[in-house]
Amino acid sequence: MHEIQFTLNGSPVTVKANPLKRLIDVLREDLGMTGVKEGCGEGECGACSILRNGKIVNSCIMLVGMVEGDDILTPEGLSAGKRGKAINEGYAQAGAVQCGICMPGMAIATEALLRENPTPNDHEIRVGISGNLCRCTGYDLIVKGVHRAAELGKDLW
Amino acid sequence: MVEFYRPQTLEEALQIRAEKHATPLAGGTDLLVRYRNWAGTLPKLSNSVVYVGHLPELGGIGVSGNGVGPEIRIGAAVTYSELLAHPSIPEILKRASWELSAPGLRNIATLVGNICNASPAADAVCALYVLDAEVEISGPKEPRRVPLHEFIQGPGKTVLKNNELVTAVYLPSSSLPITAYHKVGTRRANALSKLSFCGVAKLESGSVAGVAIAVGAVAPTVVRSREIEQRITGLRLDDIEASMADIMAGYDELIKPIDDQRSTAVYRKQTAHGLIERFLREEIRGAS
Ligand SMILES: Cc1cc2nc3c(=O)[nH]c(=O)nc-3n(C[C@H](O)[C@H](O)[C@H](O)COP(=O)(O)OP(=O)(O)OC[C@H]3O[C@@H](n4cnc5c(N)ncnc54)[C@H](O)[C@@H]3O)c2cc1C
Ligand code: FES
Ligand code: FES
Repeated sequence: MHEIQFTLNGSPVTVKANPLKRLIDVLREDLGMTGVKEGCGEGECGACSILRNGKIVNSCIMLVGMVEGDDILTPEGLSAGKRGKAINEGYAQAGAVQCGICMPGMAIATEALLRENPTPNDHEIRVGISGNLCRCTGYDLIVKGVHRAAELGKDLW
Repeated sequence: MVEFYRPQTLEEALQIRAEKHATPLAGGTDLLVRYRNWAGTLPKLSNSVVYVGHLPELGGIGVSGNGVGPEIRIGAAVTYSELLAHPSIPEILKRASWELSAPGLRNIATLVGNICNASPAADAVCALYVLDAEVEISGPKEPRRVPLHEFIQGPGKTVLKNNELVTAVYLPSSSLPITAYHKVGTRRANALSKLSFCGVAKLESGSVAGVAIAVGAVAPTVVRSREIEQRITGLRLDDIEASMADIMAGYDELIKPIDDQRSTAVYRKQTAHGLIERFLREEIRGAS
């Protein structure tokens, strides 16, 4: 067991954990961040997406020891802020959510995209969410949802 | 016991390599998939790991002169996202980095991880072959440089010793501006290649002034033949067709793919053959 410190959704946290534990497991089990979903467990689906130092990564293929001192944002931290609310509202208005399992990861991917490019076109959106699989929507409505989020959150990014 | 080491400096990391022979961990996108276990349990690592992805000495892309032309040094912790953002990285490597994966992987996966993994399907490795890349190895002795094709010995096999780390990749100045990159896979993002093709060339008054061709995932290591490239160099574009059968017979001898879950040997062989022909007939003319 080690004490591992990092910043979670803006606040410093210290967890007692084996540094070889997967980051997703520490986030979900030790820190209650169940908005981080597990789909494939091998980097293919993006359900476990988080931001690490502002960059989107898959927490299922990371060890908690890798993020010592880093800044971590989970879907919980994102939804608590104005941008997260704009993303959720944009998706809702576009009817982009069906079963919902991919959505926390999609929201993180949307945040990562809009931070770099607040007015993406369809192609740029598809590239931005290319690491996130959705088995329900066929993606067209998600692309609309991202456009809607960008409009609703204009000036936030 | 399997340990996780998080050194603060390269020196400390090399000491851990020398004493514990711990497995280097950079982005983890190969390693942690390979040792994947059930959710909620520790990965099935049989060896300790030493994290190197955060080491400042391994970060950064530098451009320097070496007398012949600019030379690019890519630190071992540099990710694909960093390569894509850098103005001096050659087009062919950017194409390979871009095709390689989704943002969430590009942000953490390293070029050096791709090399050390030594998979014949590694996309960036294919690009590095045509760029004549060299690998810098550090250990107890002075750092040394090894050409990439000597560094990679076979699938999953490199010359790296268990007390060493790769610290950088060097790219000599690239003077072959015409670039063709193709990845044949099932899904654009996040899918391992069935095969990958890299071709670069330079023309001078209608003739081939220089050419390099590499094909990945069609043999135990990336296929590149300097001997065949020599034969193509100097040919007038309009004369390539007359030599095509000869050139292709040379490549067909080197292309020895296997059947696996991603594709069949027959498909790979035909596709590789077709991509080389297309490069020599059309893409080498540039512009397109
Ligand atoms: C969903 C998914 C899709 C992928 N798609 C592709 C693809 O399309 N094309 C492709 O080529 N690859 C692909 N990969 C594989 C992988 O992302 C790449 O090979 C990547 O470059 C590995 O880098 P890494 O930093 O994550 O390596 P790690 O997993 O950290 O390490 C890989 C290997 O290199 C060794 N190593 C790392 N750094 C050093 C060092 N400094 N010195 C010595 N040894 C070192 C490790 O010990 C390990 O053996 C994919 C992986 C996933 C999970
Ligand atoms: S659960 Fe992490 S990418 Fe699928
Ligand atoms: S809404 Fe069901 S997977 Fe995306």
